[in-house]
Amino acid sequence: MADPKKKMSRREMFRKGALGAGIVGVGGAAALLAARTAKGGTVWQIDPEKCVQCGQCATYCVIDPSAVKCVHAYALCGYCDLCFGYFPPGFEPSESFEQPAAEAQLCPTGAIKRKWIEGPHYEYTIDEDLCIGCGKCIKGCNNFGNGSLFLQVRHNRCVNCNECSIAAACPSNAIRRVPADHPYLLKGEDHKG
Amino acid sequence: MKRFAIIVGLVAAALVSTAQAAERFALPQFKTSYVRPLTEVPPARPGVYEFVDIGALLVALAAASYLAIKMRSRRGLWWLALGSLLYFGFWRGGCVCSIGAIQNVALAVADSTYVVPLAVLAFFILPLVFTLFFGRTFCAAVCPLGAIQDLVIARPVKVPAYLEHALGLLGYVYLGAAVLFAATGSAFIICEYDPFVSFFRLVPFQRPGDTMQAINGSTNMLLVGAGFLAAGLFIARPYCRWLCPLGAVLRLLGLASKWRVTITPDECVQCRLCEDSCPFGAIRRPTRDEPHAPRLLDRRRLATLIVVVPIVLAGSGVLGGWLGPTMARMHYTVRVADRVRMEETGRVAGTDDMSEAFYATKQPRETLYADARDVEHTFVIGGWLLGAWVGLVIALKLIQLSVRRTRNDWEPDRGTCVSCGRCFEFCPVERDRLKKKPLSGKAPA
Repeated sequence: MADPKKKMSRREMFRKGALGAGIVGVGGAAALLAARTAKGGTVWQIDPEKCVQCGQCATYCVIDPSAVKCVHAYALCGYCDLCFGYFPPGFEPSESFEQPAAEAQLCPTGAIKRKWIEGPHYEYTIDEDLCIGCGKCIKGCNNFGNGSLFLQVRHNRCVNCNECSIAAACPSNAIRRVPADHPYLLKGEDHKG
Repeated sequence: MKRFAIIVGLVAAALVSTAQAAERFALPQFKTSYVRPLTEVPPARPGVYEFVDIGALLVALAAASYLAIKMRSRRGLWWLALGSLLYFGFWRGGCVCSIGAIQNVALAVADSTYVVPLAVLAFFILPLVFTLFFGRTFCAAVCPLGAIQDLVIARPVKVPAYLEHALGLLGYVYLGAAVLFAATGSAFIICEYDPFVSFFRLVPFQRPGDTMQAINGSTNMLLVGAGFLAAGLFIARPYCRWLCPLGAVLRLLGLASKWRVTITPDECVQCRLCEDSCPFGAIRRPTRDEPHAPRLLDRRRLATLIVVVPIVLAGSGVLGGWLGPTMARMHYTVRVADRVRMEETGRVAGTDDMSEAFYATKQPRETLYADARDVEHTFVIGGWLLGAWVGLVIALKLIQLSVRRTRNDWEPDRGTCVSCGRCFEFCPVERDRLKKKPLSGKAPA
């Protein structure tokens, strides 16, 4: 029978060993991972090439309305009079329509504003406070137009969850992490900000 | 007339709808002075906030350790827990948290293209380091999930030891599963099934204009969280004790911690007043009064365990490997492949968003099936490892239960104690030391 004093010291030795191993382990892990870390981190973004406009962005985001918004690459836009991002397909605009009523628009919240520029050309802008990120207009623009409308995670709204709820629900795996200093995957070249 | 021409052109464009979608319509040359606006790109949250979060975590950890070990102040810890709940929980929306950071690290280890953000790495490493030195002070008053549960404890009941030991294993199973799913790039299940994050998002501190969608997308998690909080009135910190994967890690590190919370820094008078003060059942009785079981019985039990352990490990490994392909369904590629295969073999009619997205990539089905097979193969290996891990945890638990510990005084269990400091108030030696009135008749708050 070992006396209790000696027993305690053996236990103490084990504990010290475990502490040492723990410090070495955690320190080693920190050192290894530190080499693989990046300042600024990552944010979530939608790859417009992969997006299928399923509508999940409007419903799965933890923010309501969604942090995903329709974005317009003006450089690609045809400035069409009959825009299928704006009018529902099959809609026949009458001559008197300059600013058609909401029920005549494709967007469920009337978030797309239309402004006459010249001749048959109209400028379309998105009111992001109204846009819910459903992607209906984008489907129309992709199917019949130049595809100048597309969905993007707006980083002034996104809270950058560690696991993006929309990414987990996305049927086309279009949402991925991108470096925070290049936080957008844009169509067209021109952008500001 | 012009409009008619546009419609004709549009119909023609739709008819010849080729893969090249861009510039179906010629870009107009404006005669007026109109200039095309640029696409606005609001920047992400400035990187400096990353350091604010890391700083807040460091300060909170240091304060928690100081309050628990040096100041020995339950009241201080309570206020700190409230502060952490407000900042890391409600203000920062509970994200990123140290529990979830385990998954980022697992993903980084498995996927060399994934870069861990600095803040996430800090949130992973700092609680580990502090626990190695000061015990689980992170759990006491820094973790917002721990804080919200600690603050609602009303009438804690004692959980039977067998249940406590058995449920305590769940955290390790959860940890293993979370690492497997994160490392394979399937899902971050700790985040998806975080029971309190939907609470944190009920109060949109950072975005007064928006409501966070706690009542919509995550109603189930809100209900689960409410269930945890309701149960937490009577069962203290149920998530921390039995589910938290980080708690499972910190329990192990706490065993080896350099300093730790003691009920009193002075000599224990064996009054047993502290015994019931701990809502987590973490206070262990001294062993010297316990009858000595015959040594032979102990040795025989240990010998049996040493024989049984490899069998448990192998068995659970086989079980895990067998479950691998099922678990692989958490992976996106496998889900798509399953759906496409079902459509190909006619087991389901029509397509869904997922299969349509795949067909749009114009890749052959075989490539997808091969990719899915690779993922399933990874999951078989991962399943084996997960199974063996669970077996190892069970085996170590059995061995731990059969090993005799020697304690001369009443003391907190190094692993289970979350350093909340409730026992300080109940120790007469401690009250004497702090020159407080003894606990008798009317107990002070």
